[in-house]
Amino acid sequence: MSRDSPGTRQNWLMASTLSDRELVARCRAGDQQAWSELVERFSRYVYAIAVQAFRLPEPDAEDVFQEVFARAYQHLDKLRDDSAVRPWLAQLTRRLCIDRLRAGARERPVAEEALEGKVADDTLAQLDEALTVHEALAAVPEHCREILDRFFAQDESYKTIGQALDLPSGTIASRISRCLTRLREHLEGRSGGPRPSGDR
Amino acid sequence: MTAYDEERLARLIRALPPAPQGWVRAAQELPFVRGELDEIVGRAEADAAFRERLIADLEGALAAEGYERDPAVVAALRARLDAK
Repeated sequence: MSRDSPGTRQNWLMASTLSDRELVARCRAGDQQAWSELVERFSRYVYAIAVQAFRLPEPDAEDVFQEVFARAYQHLDKLRDDSAVRPWLAQLTRRLCIDRLRAGARERPVAEEALEGKVADDTLAQLDEALTVHEALAAVPEHCREILDRFFAQDESYKTIGQALDLPSGTIASRISRCLTRLREHLEGRSGGPRPSGDR
Repeated sequence: MTAYDEERLARLIRALPPAPQGWVRAAQELPFVRGELDEIVGRAEADAAFRERLIADLEGALAAEGYERDPAVVAALRARLDAK
């Protein structure tokens, strides 16, 4: 299985108009495309919790990642509020990360605070806010979404972005700045545009 | 209302890099491996010795029986067996 290539960025760039509630309802009805989209929507979040908040090594993070989505797939019908899928996945990931740290603590010491999840709380709050911003990206034009994601999340250089998007690299910085402004306006409620993600 | 300056937005976008593509694809394929999972869980329900082998060493037991050991399949199976 490939571990090197960036996530399914292209799919992510095709921002969905479904709310979390609608997406979960479709998953529960057996819609495989909806499941694929749910994984896509939350994959970065789950991955970041495991790797950044709990600092799991990649093999452990992969196990947790798969376990989170396997359990979510198995127990989606037990979710009482479909719109609460995000905190539900966060809590599931947090619990599985702590379990993994506990299991590993037999071989390498882990601080008690880490086992209780205290160390991760600040990072989790930041990741939660980060996901809100990523969801807001769905409301900006696709070219903005792509350039912001490539530069910040994918850490691509101006040169790489310029080649990929067929843009002069000298214009990338100003485009990024303009796109950040559009994103900020949307987040601060000044864009007046619709929020495609509905009640998310 | 929360104030978002450029630096803060950049930090927040940067905080969520893509998960490895293979991980995402494996999780997305869960519905497609459901048949295989059902078969394994069905066998475990009917065959106590097989179930014990699965619980003792899931990956080893799957390998011994010639089943797929993809991490997503293993995780999904673990979730199913834990739920029983």
